[in-house]
Amino acid sequence: MSKRRPYVRPMGGWWKKNPFYVEYMVHESTALFVAAYAITLLVGLVRLGQGEAAWNGWLEAMKSPLSIVAHLAFLVAIAYHAFTWFKLFPLTMPPIIVNGKKLEPEVVVGSGWTAAILAALALLGIVWRIAA
Amino acid sequence: MVPLVKRQTRKGKHPMSEQKIIEIEVLRYKPESDQAPHSEVYKVPFTDDMSVLQGVQYIKDNFDGSLTFRWSCRMAICGSCGMMINGIPKLSCESFLRDYYPNRITVEALANFPIEKDLVVDLSGFIEKLEAIQPYIIPKEPRTLEQGEYIQTPEQFSQYIQFTSCINCTLCYAACPQVGLNPDFIGPAAMALLHRYNMDSRDGGQAQRMELVASEEGVYNCSAVGYCSEVCPKHVDPGNAVNVNKINAAKDYFLRFLSPKGGAQ
Amino acid sequence: MKTRKRSNAPIFWGLFGAGGMLAALFGPMLVFITGVAIPLGLLLPAGTMSYPKMLAFAQNFIGKGFIFAVISLFLWHAAHRIFHSLHEIGIHAGFGAKLLTYGVALIGTVVSAVVLLRVGF
Repeated sequence: MSKRRPYVRPMGGWWKKNPFYVEYMVHESTALFVAAYAITLLVGLVRLGQGEAAWNGWLEAMKSPLSIVAHLAFLVAIAYHAFTWFKLFPLTMPPIIVNGKKLEPEVVVGSGWTAAILAALALLGIVWRIAA
Repeated sequence: MVPLVKRQTRKGKHPMSEQKIIEIEVLRYKPESDQAPHSEVYKVPFTDDMSVLQGVQYIKDNFDGSLTFRWSCRMAICGSCGMMINGIPKLSCESFLRDYYPNRITVEALANFPIEKDLVVDLSGFIEKLEAIQPYIIPKEPRTLEQGEYIQTPEQFSQYIQFTSCINCTLCYAACPQVGLNPDFIGPAAMALLHRYNMDSRDGGQAQRMELVASEEGVYNCSAVGYCSEVCPKHVDPGNAVNVNKINAAKDYFLRFLSPKGGAQ
Repeated sequence: MKTRKRSNAPIFWGLFGAGGMLAALFGPMLVFITGVAIPLGLLLPAGTMSYPKMLAFAQNFIGKGFIFAVISLFLWHAAHRIFHSLHEIGIHAGFGAKLLTYGVALIGTVVSAVVLLRVGF
């Protein structure tokens, strides 16, 4: 009879065992903040659909200290999402070949970050133009 | 002659009594008698040129002949001596005791695999995965000897060469939590090898291999942790092979009705 | 040979990717505008998000599309990540986990679509 009895180690708490995994869980958890912000906007949209008084109520609620603090937390978390999203591009995207050479990972990541900054500034500019 | 004299004087300054000793904590498991693995600590005398593998060999030769582990080439090419060293998947032959001294080091069988005995893991699942990816060139069309050899340009060669460097050490599996959470996941190294054939200009098997890539055991088990590519001793970047094939599988998923050329059902 | 079941993940993975990209490009600035700058009266002109302005934006074809894309894709992005994270911390792919993640995203998508259609064009 076989004496084989392979032992399977439990996976519980695997992500605490290595700083690399901890960082992974941190950037994955930015999703909670993305969800919370999306739900905030969804509530705003529903209030907009209900008319002027409801919309102004939502705008007022957004001024509460609790809301400001929450949005500062969303800002940090979603900015970290953007930072890590492009940082992972060399892993998640097909290699880009320029003149027969694979683009360096730093160039790919740097281009992503630059695009994010330009997109953010463009958005601010467009909002400004519409508002003015 | 001068260097020889110098070396002798240096030797004189460091007599054998200054022998350094490192503590190595090994996760032991005897399937015949143990219910679960347990740690044992060994005090191992070492010199600066000794690898962790040599430390483990010292334990086997001097303290406990039953300590079981795999090794062969001692030069980071056979891929058999992978271990968790202080919790990180590494080839023990190219990790040096001096880099851990004076701290104790822990040595454990590669994570995410069942432990067969001590530092030896059960690789049968991995071997099945390697077989499943059809790791050979599947010609686009039958070719006769008269047609001669395949011509491949350096550019075509560069498409897949990186993925041929895999030595099947399985450090990437030990680095991948998704493999641990779902042992059926095809995993990084097998996907790197699959990608190696898909990217080969002589190969036409991409559609045949898609069934596995796009399946529930396929690439979408990956959540882009990326640690597989980080620990790879041969810079294969298996994580990129997995993730590029998510894009390929998504194209196949949405476009399969336009071009009925195979893929999973 | 073993027959394998095709994964439906490309749909959810695709939505995850699209939402992640949108959030990475515009997320931080959107949060800053709607959650910090407007409430505190910083930087942008007063009345930037007044009722007439926002209603006009939601009635505009491009504005509608932008609002819908941001709300729904952010939700699908977050749902997919949270669903995976639940699996990773040991809460495995049950109906409850799906309801809590993809279910919420679906409801949010439907609600935002209905509101955006009802505010008119």
